[in-house]
Amino acid sequence: MKKQPSYQLMQGNEAVAEGALAGGVNFFAGYPITPSTEIAEILADRLPAVGGKFIQMEDEIGSIAAIIGASLGGCKTLTATSGPGFSLMQENLGFACLAEVPLVIVNVMRGGPSTGLPTSPSQGDVMQSRWGTHGDHPIIVLSPASVEEAFHYTVKAVNLAEKYRNPVILLMDEVIGHMRARVSLPPYTMVERHNRVRPSMPPEWYNPYERSASGVAPMAAFGDGYRYHVTGLVHDAKGFPTSNPNEARDNLRGLFAKIERGFREICLVDYFEMEDAEHAIVAYGSMVLSARSALEQLREAGHKVGMIKLGTLWPFPRFALERYLPQLRNILVPELNLGQIYREVLRVNAGQANIEKLNRVNGTIITPEEILKAVKGVIR
Amino acid sequence: MISNSELVKKYFRYNKKFPHIWCPGCGIGTILGCMLRAIDALELDKNDIAFVSGIGCTGRAPVYVDFNTLHTTHGRALPFATGLKLARPELKVIVATGDGDSTAIGGNHLIHACRRNVDITTIIFNNYIYGMTGGQYSPTTPHGDRAYTCKLGNIERPFNISALVEAAGATFVGRSTSYHTLQLQGIIRRAIEHKGFSVVEVITHCPTTYGRLNRKGGAVEMLKWQKEIAIDKTKAEKMSSEELEGKIITGILLEKELPEYCEQYDTIIAKARAAAGEKG
Repeated sequence: MKKQPSYQLMQGNEAVAEGALAGGVNFFAGYPITPSTEIAEILADRLPAVGGKFIQMEDEIGSIAAIIGASLGGCKTLTATSGPGFSLMQENLGFACLAEVPLVIVNVMRGGPSTGLPTSPSQGDVMQSRWGTHGDHPIIVLSPASVEEAFHYTVKAVNLAEKYRNPVILLMDEVIGHMRARVSLPPYTMVERHNRVRPSMPPEWYNPYERSASGVAPMAAFGDGYRYHVTGLVHDAKGFPTSNPNEARDNLRGLFAKIERGFREICLVDYFEMEDAEHAIVAYGSMVLSARSALEQLREAGHKVGMIKLGTLWPFPRFALERYLPQLRNILVPELNLGQIYREVLRVNAGQANIEKLNRVNGTIITPEEILKAVKGVIR
Repeated sequence: MISNSELVKKYFRYNKKFPHIWCPGCGIGTILGCMLRAIDALELDKNDIAFVSGIGCTGRAPVYVDFNTLHTTHGRALPFATGLKLARPELKVIVATGDGDSTAIGGNHLIHACRRNVDITTIIFNNYIYGMTGGQYSPTTPHGDRAYTCKLGNIERPFNISALVEAAGATFVGRSTSYHTLQLQGIIRRAIEHKGFSVVEVITHCPTTYGRLNRKGGAVEMLKWQKEIAIDKTKAEKMSSEELEGKIITGILLEKELPEYCEQYDTIIAKARAAAGEKG
């Protein structure tokens, strides 16, 4: 067994590919698109050596379709894309939500809308990642803020997809995807892996959508002797289409209930200097890097400022804010969009603290100095 | 050959509430029956069959039969099936798709599946119209024919599906009709046995929309029409182009051996593993 070096220089996209391998991903289907292409290239090289498979599809619609098919065959699957490709994936993403098929989509965000700013950073897809596909549906969205975190969040994304039988989106911005940093990764054999629960009952007793006590139904792979039906139609516990109002309600409610039950485990949040904070920065992705630098300077200057770092964007970790709202006077939300998480913060805040936003959509980042200035302006 | 009642008992899902959704006189059930008889003749284990479909009347076929069944999104049955086949190469993957599903919204997936030569059998139910949405023209609606989105006559030229998939690189192409059930069973059987991407185009009828709009009569008249226009390939070879005008050539139109995708990928895995082993 090859020993992992203790430190290595790695790009964010490379860390995602490594995280996929560490998490046990053995099937990737994708289509080239900047700034995510490195993930496909690396996995095309690396998957065959571990007995996995890579296929380059004709478009992103086919890419997500192929990983759904492979996931039903029992593989752990992942695809990587950026805005235009993510838009094309939306219909089949809804299929995976309703049919409860585990998979991971990495969206390395670039400036949008449309072809937008292909190689420039953006965080413009936050709301799309939540509501891009039609209809009410649950979704899990993680957003790493460093190269090392890109590795760990990818593993986490694979594990959550398997555990909750739900698509998970790893929402990175181009800064994290293309940034190179020194990382220390654990040996892959030491990485915790979660595998989907398989049915233990005989096939004739198996109802593919009958939820166990955990809220998630055991999932058989095609070919394992449990012949069952998978459809994008609203279905009953046997997986057969239904338009019975009670069965339709149970289907949709059940999708949400399983995620609500796992809410705390799904929500990744870190707190910086929050104990005595009177003002907070709420940040995610590359904005965390700028905010941390600003935070150090603000603390040195004696300002009681902290940061709530959102690792999970959806479901929105509202408890992270609620916990500190009574002590906070001001909150600043810096984002590389026109205020998408800002609205969530407003919603949870419900008028308690003063909420300010700091936004940019010109393809450049918000610097630590700009956050510093904005915070000083707010707390004055 | 297996009797109808045995066929129903062996392959239909006892726990699925019938009746099915198809109109009286529809050709889809006949084609599905031919597929089941072909599977039965091959003595395949039901656990080893994955039956995948897209959207439309044909898309509803998998739910009724007792295999691993996957009813996907509109036009996307083939990429779903491709992922499934790569994940489980030991499965016999069969795709059922309509003319609109496979050549309009799914046209790009169809030609690329032909090119890749993954071992999948695709049965295209060609009834010249979008039936489920109530009769709009499809890429195979003949020029001049009527549909609810071209009441004054279709001004687009239709695809010839068999020629299209042959040009795109399918390694097996067969064509039959829902009238010629024995021929169809045989072709589907050969298509399943074929190692590589196989397409069976089945000319069928939608008496509810296409038949009614184009005054083709009911299901019986439309079956007679299929009987008249179909010419077996061996017979067609002896006929002049004038005699073949307006006819549809049926039979196994193409069969060739080319490296199959999954088998080729296995050699990639072996090479990659050997290289990784050398590096230690």
